[in-house]
Amino acid sequence: MNNQKGTETIENREKGSTNDDSFKNLSGFKIKALYGPEDISQPGREADLGLPGEYPFTRGIHKTMYRQRPWTIRQLGSLDSPSKANERIRQLLQMGANGISLCLDMPTIMGRDSDDPLAEGEVGSCGGVAIDSIEDMRNLLEGIPIDEISINFVSNSQSSVILSMFVAVAEERGVPLEKLTGTMQNDILKEYQAQKSYYFPPRPSMRLTIDTLSFCNKHLPRFNPISISGYHLASAGATPVQELAFTLANGFTYVEEGIKAGLSVDSFAPRLSFFFKVHNDFFENIAKYRAARRIWAKTIRERFEAKDRRSCLFRVHTQTSGSSLTAHQAENNIIRVTIQALSAVLGGTQSLHTNAFDEALSIPTPRSEKLALRTQQIIARESGVINTIDPLAGSYYVEALTNQMEAECYKYFKEIEDLGGVISAIEKGYYAKIIADSAFSYQREIEKGERIVVGLNEFFEEEETDIELREADPEFEREKVSDLVALKENRDQALVKACLNEIGEVCQGSDNIIPYLIKAVKSYVTLGEIIGVMKEIFGEYREDSIY
Amino acid sequence: MNKGRKRRILIAKPGLDGHDRGAKVVARALRNAGMEVIYAGLHQTPLQIVNAAIDEDVDAIGLSILSGAHKTIFPKIMTLLKEKGASDILVFGGGTIPKKDRVELTSLGVGEIFTTGTDTHVIIDYLNRTLET
Amino acid sequence: MKKKLSTGEMVSRLLAGDRRAAARLITLVENEMDDHHEVMSLVYPYTGKAMILGITGAGGAGKSTLTDHLIGKFREQGKKVGVVVVDPSSPFSGGAFLGDRIRLQSHSQDDGVYIRSMASRGYLGGLSRATYDVIRIMEAMGNEVVIVETLGAGQDEVDVIHIAHTCLVVVTPGMGDDIQAMKAGIMEIADIIVLNKADLDGTDRSLRHLQGALTAGSFEEGAWMPRVVPTVSTANKPEDLQGIDELAATIAEHQTYLRKTRAIDRVRYDRVEQELGLIFKDELQKIIFKGLKGTGKKREYINSIIEQKNDPYSVVEEVLNTYLLPWE
Repeated sequence: MNNQKGTETIENREKGSTNDDSFKNLSGFKIKALYGPEDISQPGREADLGLPGEYPFTRGIHKTMYRQRPWTIRQLGSLDSPSKANERIRQLLQMGANGISLCLDMPTIMGRDSDDPLAEGEVGSCGGVAIDSIEDMRNLLEGIPIDEISINFVSNSQSSVILSMFVAVAEERGVPLEKLTGTMQNDILKEYQAQKSYYFPPRPSMRLTIDTLSFCNKHLPRFNPISISGYHLASAGATPVQELAFTLANGFTYVEEGIKAGLSVDSFAPRLSFFFKVHNDFFENIAKYRAARRIWAKTIRERFEAKDRRSCLFRVHTQTSGSSLTAHQAENNIIRVTIQALSAVLGGTQSLHTNAFDEALSIPTPRSEKLALRTQQIIARESGVINTIDPLAGSYYVEALTNQMEAECYKYFKEIEDLGGVISAIEKGYYAKIIADSAFSYQREIEKGERIVVGLNEFFEEEETDIELREADPEFEREKVSDLVALKENRDQALVKACLNEIGEVCQGSDNIIPYLIKAVKSYVTLGEIIGVMKEIFGEYREDSIY
Repeated sequence: MNKGRKRRILIAKPGLDGHDRGAKVVARALRNAGMEVIYAGLHQTPLQIVNAAIDEDVDAIGLSILSGAHKTIFPKIMTLLKEKGASDILVFGGGTIPKKDRVELTSLGVGEIFTTGTDTHVIIDYLNRTLET
Repeated sequence: MKKKLSTGEMVSRLLAGDRRAAARLITLVENEMDDHHEVMSLVYPYTGKAMILGITGAGGAGKSTLTDHLIGKFREQGKKVGVVVVDPSSPFSGGAFLGDRIRLQSHSQDDGVYIRSMASRGYLGGLSRATYDVIRIMEAMGNEVVIVETLGAGQDEVDVIHIAHTCLVVVTPGMGDDIQAMKAGIMEIADIIVLNKADLDGTDRSLRHLQGALTAGSFEEGAWMPRVVPTVSTANKPEDLQGIDELAATIAEHQTYLRKTRAIDRVRYDRVEQELGLIFKDELQKIIFKGLKGTGKKREYINSIIEQKNDPYSVVEEVLNTYLLPWE
């Protein structure tokens, strides 16, 4: 053994880099020049690593990981009108996809019908579908085998209504509810923290989320009722460690609320899934996943006393970082996406969306979409990284970083707890401030050249770049509005009124609201009308913080 | 000390979209550059924005739009400003707005539109230069 | 770029209730631009009738939401309302982030409400002085109520609050120790103490503390004894609000007291006295610095103080003797 020499080298290297603050990851951790055994050997921590598929799952949630089945390639497409979306879903299914993702347009996201004055110019925007009534859900799913494919609804504040429409259509078609698979994002907490598509104050929103959870628990056992999303926190500016801590704290809050609603932890925790973003820092990201699995497993078992091992599994979908893509020298994004995707895979993600390189400029072309897909296939089939499970385990750096991520996380948990929990912290403006601070520091680091973005603040080249947007089609908007107006005219108005009154009453009580919503949507009550009544009862939320 | 007129800028996020990262980063950068930033927050209608701009006697209105709604919102704001005799207030913007739309908006009298990722100093320089006169 | 209207024209538009004219004139006085004094002379005859309400308290106490609801109450009474919200300027850049409008949105489409955000701009006494002028412009605009909202943090803000006829100090439960510390200050300026967020734990204790502090104070016979009004102003639904009606009633009561006992005369006298003091202070400073300008004396004086050859008081005395005595 050449121990003597090795130590010397370490010391020398460390000397060269002491007090050098410029080596920092995105969470702001100072990164040492060299890591060694002393960085990971903490007594009593041996059990923290374990084996893949074994508690605390640091090394992955499955015993075989990608050797048996690689991650699921789940690309999110933009969809337009319900009937165009339907066409596109059919195409995707023909191409062999076994799951689809559905995005909503801006008015639907904000709980407004297409004929709402505030929806003007935004109907069908952002590549999302406009869902006003059950008719739209029917058109969207027509001819699609909903008992065979899984549907991921990118739906949050309006989830209770969207689920009700989905269930209503399934019932109409005689599809047993227990056959329905898929996911409702339904993560309301991150709306207040980052994405800001909320209607009501957090507490009534939480009640709707839990009503959805309870309903699925009882009737849709194969459906994931909440996908707890760090992605949006990160997009709003949260650093990786903040994304990790806030996402987990949100997850624990849903578990608490589910238990409060009378569910046993093991009956619903296995159905909770997560959604992470890959940031640019390769190893930091990997550590984030490993720490996430460990903290989730430990907390679910120790604090919530789960017995079922599946409750402890941190299952995560990942998307590469849209905000890291640059409009300048857009081809560079191909490399960014590749590195990020590799990082997510080495982190042990269950499914992955890779962004198209031209997204900062336009709606992706078929060519760029295909390239994004191929990126994943090349990693899976050519790189060899899937040949062994959790190949980075035991790396001094990765393990040290994983431990540090975990420790930092508990500091954030403590802060949130001291503020009275997640909802209280939201109300006190905690997240708004932290996330705005992080976003601003990131921007400043780039502007000062402390953080390099190739092609932007280094190796910049003058070039003509332009953005191309998929615009909301004004013709479609007109048609959608006139269809909706006709639908509203030709329905049993007395029934509509009765349904809305009933929803108002249920909102004031504590019954699970979903059955009433199902009845209402079947009577052609629209999403905007339902949200409107709920606003009257629950009140509207306004972000007060001014950071 | 208080020499000359302080620049006052209204930053608003019109429309339904809630992605306020850009608006907040720019608001802070302008404040750090010595400007007084009136932050009007999310989900503002054009009328609310124009009323606030007039009451606050701002030199400029900065709008952040990422949702594609710029083609409806900017013209509405320009019309309202004209109706209320406040066309001298500079309107600028940021977000995902294609060049051909930018040209169209410029013809309505809208000032510079900055794309995402713009260095905030570029925005500050622009305001200092344009509001000089 | 801006159309140039004469000062007289602007003021006549202001008197007709024109918001744009009001906004421009406020900018003009805030920046102490050339025709500042002329504007104030023209505006002055149209002032003095509005009720001026001061609202102060620590950050996060819910001042703005309280203001928002009070505006609603005054609007129900058919009164036009002007609001000045003062926030601190950044001491580093001189810039400011003024975000209170977000909380005053219920009235964003009401022509009977005029809201103006002001940055403190960190110059001595200047804030109070500019605020006096801004209030007058709002009065001349036709507002029957003018609300001044400030962050109760520094001396400058406390000065501002002396402008008000009726002063509200907003506190929240669980500020027990702070309240103890603030007691003297609160007693001095508060006509009404608002215990906001009165649905939080510790409300009862805070109420007892405040009541205790008040009864322990000594008041002249017939003088206004400050009231404590518990409120909940931060609810998202109207039915969850508490104490807003009581607060509005207590404000009205204080106004009646001021008029009936002629205490309003005293308030007005104090206001003018203070305002004159502020103007003198500012103007004298200007005269003196103007006199020193170009002589190199200012630098000389400052350096002599730094080098301990002189002390600030002797310098001031010497300067006053030089520049003010000729007028004696």
